[in-house]
Amino acid sequence: MASGVDHAIQPPPAMIEQATAVADWVLVWPVALPLIGAAALLMFRRQTAFQAPLAFMVLFALLVNAWILVDRVASDGPIAMTMGKWVPPFGISFTADLLSALLSGVAILVSIIVLAYAQGEVEPRDTRYGYHPLLLLLLAGVNGAFLTADIFNLYVWFEVMLIASFGLFILGGRKTQLDGAVKYGFINFLATTFFLIGIAYIYGLTGTLNMADIALRAGEIEFGPRITVTIIFVIAFAIKAAAFPLNSWLAASYHTPNASVSALFAGLLTKVGVYALIRILYVLLPATWSQTETLIAVIAGVTLVVAPLGAIAETNLRRALGFILVGGIGAMLAGLALSDPILNLPRGIFGATFYAIHSMLTMTALYLVAGLVERNTGELDTRRMGGIYETNSWLSILFLVLILAISGLPPFLGFWPKLVLIQAGVESTQYWLVAALLINAFLTTIAGSRLWAHIFWRSGHEGTGSETLNDRLHPLAGKAVSWGLVPVTVLTAIIFALGLYPAPLFDLGQGAAVDIITPDRYIDAVGLSPAEGGAP
Amino acid sequence: MNTVIFRTIAPYLAALMLIFSVFVLLRGHNEPGGGFIAGLIGASAIAIYGIATGVNEVRRAIVFHPLALAGFGLFLSALSGFFSLFVNEPFLTGLWGSINLPDGTELALSTPMMFDIGVYFVVLGVLSSVALALEEDGSAN
Repeated sequence: MASGVDHAIQPPPAMIEQATAVADWVLVWPVALPLIGAAALLMFRRQTAFQAPLAFMVLFALLVNAWILVDRVASDGPIAMTMGKWVPPFGISFTADLLSALLSGVAILVSIIVLAYAQGEVEPRDTRYGYHPLLLLLLAGVNGAFLTADIFNLYVWFEVMLIASFGLFILGGRKTQLDGAVKYGFINFLATTFFLIGIAYIYGLTGTLNMADIALRAGEIEFGPRITVTIIFVIAFAIKAAAFPLNSWLAASYHTPNASVSALFAGLLTKVGVYALIRILYVLLPATWSQTETLIAVIAGVTLVVAPLGAIAETNLRRALGFILVGGIGAMLAGLALSDPILNLPRGIFGATFYAIHSMLTMTALYLVAGLVERNTGELDTRRMGGIYETNSWLSILFLVLILAISGLPPFLGFWPKLVLIQAGVESTQYWLVAALLINAFLTTIAGSRLWAHIFWRSGHEGTGSETLNDRLHPLAGKAVSWGLVPVTVLTAIIFALGLYPAPLFDLGQGAAVDIITPDRYIDAVGLSPAEGGAP
Repeated sequence: MNTVIFRTIAPYLAALMLIFSVFVLLRGHNEPGGGFIAGLIGASAIAIYGIATGVNEVRRAIVFHPLALAGFGLFLSALSGFFSLFVNEPFLTGLWGSINLPDGTELALSTPMMFDIGVYFVVLGVLSSVALALEEDGSAN
């Protein structure tokens, strides 16, 4: 800090001296409850019958909590709580603005669906090896990353996520899983190392780790160090989010674990990277935006166009979905590039938020359907699939709805965020990104309908005559229906309903974007105000 | 490592190290020490005992699976944050209290200590789980 040696530490203007209102515990439950649940489940690992009910109880309690949190943040603005009664810039603050609260809520919803699906898929052996505690631990990490307002704490939650995802990756112990886990692990360690270097650098420059405090002080940093630290963060989170030149790990690893695990990863992990990028580029370091804008725009444009081409070329079903997922990351990054913290254009961030919610729901559902298709056909490769339309038309309808949603065709959910993004593009006159978004929608439609035609419509597998029916199908029955088809149907129904009635998401997304572009309320909530200049 | 001297000494050594680990754990509140380093010492005690007597013997001796111990530690640490809920303070706020024992000594208790004991069990559990798994592999060959 810049102050002299004998300068006594004065409390910042809004130091929390009185007890925080009890209701602010809504901020802590999303992290503390899954953590404590995971610990309890780990203690009783052998009691397999007890695992799933407790995990469900924790998740439903979290869903109620998330509802209260979103409701409160939407009406009262961002809320904060600093752990252990420490003074805000020194203690670790948890702060929820609308973006954090929304993403955390959707993450919990997705986890419930995945947990329900997993009951029909996970073997008792995997339960004993800790499937349920790892799932809760992963959710604790994701929620922590969304809600924390301390940049080092953000790193800690990334590590928690990483450890839990390693565990989930290798449950089952097939060779391909180890292969996928090594690729995933190595590149993600690289990303967290970059992230850690960036944190050390920004701590050296500003003397603080609290995000609100950094936001207040970032303007004082000189141009050279500021742009360097920004680029380090961009590299770290571009790897995490799987943006174009750094995206190949995703398609090489996400198809290897169980379907429920890859659905969970597809729903949650990459979005945390995008969220961190939004938080850091917009709230923490808006001053570098005029330099990074072009970089993000180029990354977004290339990701948008290249990823769905991969999906068209790919024959492994879940690998193809991985490429579609990466295309969605391109759309979210385009949203970043189309906003501007200096010119005060929030519409791009609005589109990115909306797209992130859509992508979390729809990609999870797609991976789960892919898992059912794999069980139905006993194959991983679309060339050897076919004819499911005959035996399980409901599955084919679900897949078609989800494919149309992810390509962004009206009236499905994916259409609305893309509409907002294109409006944002026209507003900020970046027409080439608008073109990239439209090309992405077109290519994703081709990739998706091609998958649908091959898996469902074609009567037999590749190379057989059109009269030859696929005789190697295993119709879904019993557990695969009650704990497989039903949760996916519920999730698809939610997606469908939100597509028909997107008004609440429009309101919430807009509110979230405004708080990101002008983060005064966020900084206020932590207890530091711009006028006072933060800590002494 | 299967010598008479080592096999005779190991139980005593392990017992001493476990006692020492508890000492370091409790000392850590005001002086160098604490849950992490104490957990390391405790895990090395278990590892030594495992080398001397074989893994099955250790697993019987510690009753619980090491990972269950780690889960218990995590549970304890997470729980210690919740006591502040009842006195209307933010999560993880440290609370102190003391009990006067019949013989006049004062026993100081606090939630940070509970947190530290949790850390002790996490480190002890995870590391002895790893150590025992490695020793098991060695004996199988």
